[in-house]
Amino acid sequence: MSAASVPALAIDKLRVEYPDGAGGVLVAVDDVSLTIAPGEIHAVVGESGAGKTTVANALIGLIERPGRVTGGTMRIGGVILDAATGKGHGLQLGRDIGVIFQDPMTSLNPLFTVESQLTETMRFHLGLGASEARLRALDLLQAVGIPEPERRLKSYPHQLSGGQRQRVVIAAALSCNPRLLVADEPTTALDVSIQAQILALIKDLARTRGLGVMLVTHNMGVVAETADRVTVMVRGKAVEQGLVAEVLRHPRHAYTQGLLAAVPRLDRRLERFAVLSEGVGKAETARRAIAALKPVASRASVEPMLRVDNLVVDYTSRGWLPGSRGRTLRAVDGVSFDVRRGETLGLVGESGCGKTTVASVIAGLVKPTSGQVLLEGRPIAGATATGRTRQASRQALQMIFQDPYASLNPRMRVGAILAEPVLFYRLAATKAEATQDAGLLLEAVGLDRAHADRFPFAFSGGQRQRISIARALGARPRLLICDEPTSSLDVSVQAQILNLLKDLRDATGLTMLLISHDLAVVRQMCDRVAVMQSGRIVEIGETEGVFEAPSHVYTRELLSLIPRIDRIAKGANHG
Amino acid sequence: MAMPGLVTAVIGALRIKRVLGWVITLRRASPPLPVLLAGMVAGTLLLLALFAPQVAPSNPLDLASFNLADSEIPPLWAEGGDRRFLLGTDNQGRDMLSAILYGARVSILIGGGSVLVAALIGVSLGLVAGYLGGRTDAVIMRIGDVILSFPTILLALLVAGLARAVFPEAGNPRNVPFVLISAIAIHDWVQYARTVRAATMVERARDYIKAARVIGLPSTRIMFRHILPNVMSPVLVIATINLAGAVLTEATLSFLGVGMPPTYPSLGTLIRIGNEFVFSGIWWIALFPALTLVILVLAVNVIGDWLRDRFNPKLRQRA
Amino acid sequence: MIRIILSRLAQMLMVMAAVTAVAFVIFRYVGDPVLIMAREDATPAEKAALRQQLGLDQPVVVQFGKFVARVATGDLGNSFRNQRPVAGLIAERLPATLELVLVATLLALLLGIPLGVYCALKPEGWLTRLIQTVSLVGISTPTFVTGIVLILVFSVWLKWLPSFGRGDVVRLGWWSTGFLTSSGLRSLVLPSVTLALFQVTLIMRLVRAEMIDVLSSDYIRYARARGLPASYIHRKLALRNALMPVITVTGLQIGALIAFAIVTETVFQWPGMGLLFIQAVSFVDLPVMAAYLLFVGFIFVSINMAVDVIYALVDPRLRTRAA
Repeated sequence: MSAASVPALAIDKLRVEYPDGAGGVLVAVDDVSLTIAPGEIHAVVGESGAGKTTVANALIGLIERPGRVTGGTMRIGGVILDAATGKGHGLQLGRDIGVIFQDPMTSLNPLFTVESQLTETMRFHLGLGASEARLRALDLLQAVGIPEPERRLKSYPHQLSGGQRQRVVIAAALSCNPRLLVADEPTTALDVSIQAQILALIKDLARTRGLGVMLVTHNMGVVAETADRVTVMVRGKAVEQGLVAEVLRHPRHAYTQGLLAAVPRLDRRLERFAVLSEGVGKAETARRAIAALKPVASRASVEPMLRVDNLVVDYTSRGWLPGSRGRTLRAVDGVSFDVRRGETLGLVGESGCGKTTVASVIAGLVKPTSGQVLLEGRPIAGATATGRTRQASRQALQMIFQDPYASLNPRMRVGAILAEPVLFYRLAATKAEATQDAGLLLEAVGLDRAHADRFPFAFSGGQRQRISIARALGARPRLLICDEPTSSLDVSVQAQILNLLKDLRDATGLTMLLISHDLAVVRQMCDRVAVMQSGRIVEIGETEGVFEAPSHVYTRELLSLIPRIDRIAKGANHG
Repeated sequence: MAMPGLVTAVIGALRIKRVLGWVITLRRASPPLPVLLAGMVAGTLLLLALFAPQVAPSNPLDLASFNLADSEIPPLWAEGGDRRFLLGTDNQGRDMLSAILYGARVSILIGGGSVLVAALIGVSLGLVAGYLGGRTDAVIMRIGDVILSFPTILLALLVAGLARAVFPEAGNPRNVPFVLISAIAIHDWVQYARTVRAATMVERARDYIKAARVIGLPSTRIMFRHILPNVMSPVLVIATINLAGAVLTEATLSFLGVGMPPTYPSLGTLIRIGNEFVFSGIWWIALFPALTLVILVLAVNVIGDWLRDRFNPKLRQRA
Repeated sequence: MIRIILSRLAQMLMVMAAVTAVAFVIFRYVGDPVLIMAREDATPAEKAALRQQLGLDQPVVVQFGKFVARVATGDLGNSFRNQRPVAGLIAERLPATLELVLVATLLALLLGIPLGVYCALKPEGWLTRLIQTVSLVGISTPTFVTGIVLILVFSVWLKWLPSFGRGDVVRLGWWSTGFLTSSGLRSLVLPSVTLALFQVTLIMRLVRAEMIDVLSSDYIRYARARGLPASYIHRKLALRNALMPVITVTGLQIGALIAFAIVTETVFQWPGMGLLFIQAVSFVDLPVMAAYLLFVGFIFVSINMAVDVIYALVDPRLRTRAA
């Protein structure tokens, strides 16, 4: 057998179990087999709880107790790995297997220099001396594309950007020429532009060094753009495996088909997401529930629903003397736009571009430094806004948030959560009426009336986001701000929530402002879109126009960097 | 901040339903044996102390009930023991067992009182500081910093000492407990305030608080109805651990002679009295109150430790 | 770096100002000095003269200014009890307390850190359980009870060690030390052990908690995933992170030790500042109380300052942010 034909990794019928405390076991990984050839990138993809990270942890001996590997074999370059210790005959974790974690911010020890963390691995595994290791560390930093490697060696992690840190982590993983690189969501914590660079780097390293890469990810776009082969996992099982182009173009398993259908497309707009488990009866109940909710008289006005006028927000850090001012950061730098009645406007940009700050000002959570915000012609933020004008508009403007696990008070029952705004705005005369409303609201978002008696912890992320939407709906708003409403949800759940928002919009004529970093979601949801960069809006226009013919260079760049499945799914000539 | 709103909100937050909720949460993970044992010991001591007038063989506060002729009798099992006095007598002929029960009662009441006062002040200030931020926060926390840079015992000594200099009536046994409670609480509230402030800032940044603010709910309602119930778990832990600390501080103050007077002794006072006789080999006057004190505090600490580990997921994982 | 020092300096001045103000209030308002210093049969005229002589008829601000000026020159007034200068009293008692605290601190650190590390690394071991049980008893036992028990066992029953006083001391200039005589050293044993015991448990529990925290952090997991040996991870990587907060706590502990020295000195009749203070409290000797407060406040603030500077020097995140 020639060296090239020995797979970098061969997993055969791997099984990982967690005792559930009641005598039974939870099978986290169920007879999963996969092979990775040298130079090949193999993606393990699945939604949360699919067991994909557990496979990676089994390889590097980091299964959290009381879980343990109960069956199967793992071979690195043909040598069997002992599941309990992560070692094998002559194998060494860190030398033969390199590892990259998700969050580059916490993977590096804050008290040690880059040099110390890069060289220690080589000194232990390769027995290099300090100066030899240093030379190699310089080479490595160059290889992973870090500018001024000499200077960076002496840096501490906090002096590097997120992308640079992830590059250092990759350099450390490569330092002993491993056969296999295990990358667990290596770009999930990064912005799309840095994500593109890091993925390109991993691809390049795999090709030039003959490195087998196991890429654990939830992002189908990343799979499509980076990997050669893919394993799709559901509830611990590998349901489909094959060449990326094959699997994405002709998914055989129903789950894969559903998953791919739920991924928002960047290339064209669909009316609805295809979702497997949407009951027909429920939609009818929801429509009736919405109709039964007592409406609030709308203000007849020729004004746009929302006008944001030359908004500026500065954040000032606290000074080093009590009372003094520190540095000022301009988060929003002269932003103006209108949201028309009944439309959905998307506000997109990378993290730190100021989009969430704009939403917070509109919602009254942050005070603007200058500029103003008008809701139906009434000032709600800025110098002209008074307590009274703000209070008068509260009910008309509601918001839903990103993190479904944080957006509901864990110590209040769902019924009380939903009744609170209804009672506060006096939309119900009595508690009984408010309870009645809470039931209707639950039905309107596709949940059961009976759910009102439960506490939030009894619900999944998607269900919680529905409750969040119901709470906002209870105020009978005319403008709904959605701040990254689906970015912490699995893609199939995201599809359901987006469908729900579309249905509600159609049923109530709600105006929406959708804040998102995900351009594909924006394309599916919005009539118009505004692109933000460093606190300014660089481009605003009809969605189709912006996506088909972007006028600003930044928009073009963003669109080109997003990993997307359609390039393969379209049937482009690939591999 | 409206005071009545604050008071009703605190009462609302402490509604029995919630307390029951905690008890149920705690019961789900049935505590390990040492903790159960500690709970039983602490409970028994608490009951014995609270009902000291009913269970004690004699009343050590009643000068007529004891006789100098009975002084310095060793405990029952030692040579020269007397059946009337299980744990012996002190230098004035007082039954040690009764004195200890009454003393524990004083210690527990002062310790509990100071925990209550400190928690009430600390939780309210911490909530306000954490929620409002800015200048209010800076002022409250700076005051806390200054106070915390002095150890409890020193500050308590100073307050107790000054109280005597300023108010002639401060030395009256009836007033001493209040002096001691303030002396201890003046330091201890800071810890509650810091913890609650930190927790409040975390909660405040969470989306459910933003949602409440978008709805337009008034700050007092957000603070006391939404945030307070979510920051109470660490308060429970601190209160338990602080109860142990407060009982120790009271004992130390009394031992140093600025606490409860010999006519109305706490455990610390009893040890102070006994300390003078240790050199002459009369060990029981000091040792039995000391033992009671250590057992009481140890039991409370065991419970506090367990609570803390339960509420700290990182420690729980490894334990 | 300089920023941190400056901001801490500002805070230090604030604390000292607060302490000085409290001391001034004690001095000036708590118990009228004229009533205390004048003879009981003094006439109103005599009292007025004394008032003028003491400068008590001047505006409060002027009095406070003079108070600060006097304090700055080391003039802390005379003790009510024996009319000796307070500064001299404190200087006389200072060496005894500092020697006691120094030995106790070293004991506490040398025992506390290794025990804490051990308990964090071997969370399941029987020795860990034993150490933790003993430590729980440790934090539940007040210093004075420890002292009494030690005296009872080692002085009264076994008659091995002296139970009170400093023994023979050697004078080195104005400093008197007990380190140079055998009776001085023997006298030091029980008080320093008593004082250290409570702190050992605190430091041990802190180190354990920090170490456990660090060991479950991502960067330690990552170090494991790079196949570095466990001993290297524990000794070189994790310990360094875990010891950061120990620096802070050690500073606080020295402060606490000075305060708890009051208790230890009372139990062992150790002629230090604590004993001086507790006697002042029971005699309502206000100048001594105020002076002790000022002096101890100054020590605490200096220690805190030193801790912050050391912290900034050790932690690269602080060191470079200001650079």
